[in-house]
Amino acid sequence: MALNINEIIEDSFQLIGGNFATAGEASTQLKMKLTELGVDETIIRRAAIATFEAEMNVIIYAAAARLHYVITPRNITIRIEDMGPGIEDIQLAMQEGYSTAPDWVREMGWGAGMGLPNMKKNSDEFRIDSVVGEGTTVEMVINFP
Amino acid sequence: MTLKEIADILEATVISEPNGLDVSIQSACSADMMSAVLYYHTPQSMLITGLTQPHVIRTAEIAGIRSIVFVLDKKPDEITIELARQKKIPLLCTRFCMYTASGKLYEAGLPGCLNK
Ligand SMILES: Nc1ncnc2c1ncn2[C@@H]1O[C@H](COP(=O)(O)OP(=O)(O)OP(=O)(O)O)[C@@H](O)[C@H]1O
Ligand SMILES: [Mg+2]
Repeated sequence: MALNINEIIEDSFQLIGGNFATAGEASTQLKMKLTELGVDETIIRRAAIATFEAEMNVIIYAAAARLHYVITPRNITIRIEDMGPGIEDIQLAMQEGYSTAPDWVREMGWGAGMGLPNMKKNSDEFRIDSVVGEGTTVEMVINFP
Repeated sequence: MTLKEIADILEATVISEPNGLDVSIQSACSADMMSAVLYYHTPQSMLITGLTQPHVIRTAEIAGIRSIVFVLDKKPDEITIELARQKKIPLLCTRFCMYTASGKLYEAGLPGCLNK
């Protein structure tokens, strides 16, 4: 299927901390949209995984967030802006295996400390910005081949 | 390997099979940490896990995992089963533990996702 994007396509989602029941809804919607547009499967998988990991961090650590994606003929940008505790040491948080997830989160299968490294691995551009006591913003760009 | 063969090897109960058991599985990964699944998976693989919550189905969907086997006879609740049905991800349940279930499938020729 040929890539079928000639205009800018965007959407926003409200994410609520602690809401495990609907976690992944935004990633699923994005995945469906990209599939509909005929985007390459590898790109779809990378975008879905990176978005899902970002969503899960909001569900686990933050109070609320706005997830916004923009699809252009050249790339996808996903931006997640949360209101939450923020991250004190971003460099440490980016390390594989570093996690502050409590036991109840681990028992649900999260807290391996792989989320942020995986978001970075799956994006062509990855930016993270955080203010302690205010929140964290993650922006990821994935380019079309 | 087909899902039917996998079910036989694991003496598994089929919880739901939205598209029958004629699904081809190329590899498998065993994990209880969902980010590890999202990091290491390859498409068309099967997930062997001890977790049964709905977000395991989400993880499988996002990662492009074709089927899930729950070990130690763990049974998901109706919400999880219904979500899997919607996403067309077949679910199996085996009495074996993760180690034994993985070993049996490996022995039968199903490789790991990472191939190492
Ligand atoms: N949005 C956020 N707000 C506050 N802290 C965060 C946020 N995202 C990540 N962190 C912090 O960074 C750490 C590492 O995050 P990362 O996503 O890599 O791993 P994890 O969430 O702990 O485990 P996993 O993602 O493997 O389930 C977290 O344990 C947490 O301390
Ligand atoms: Mg995480």
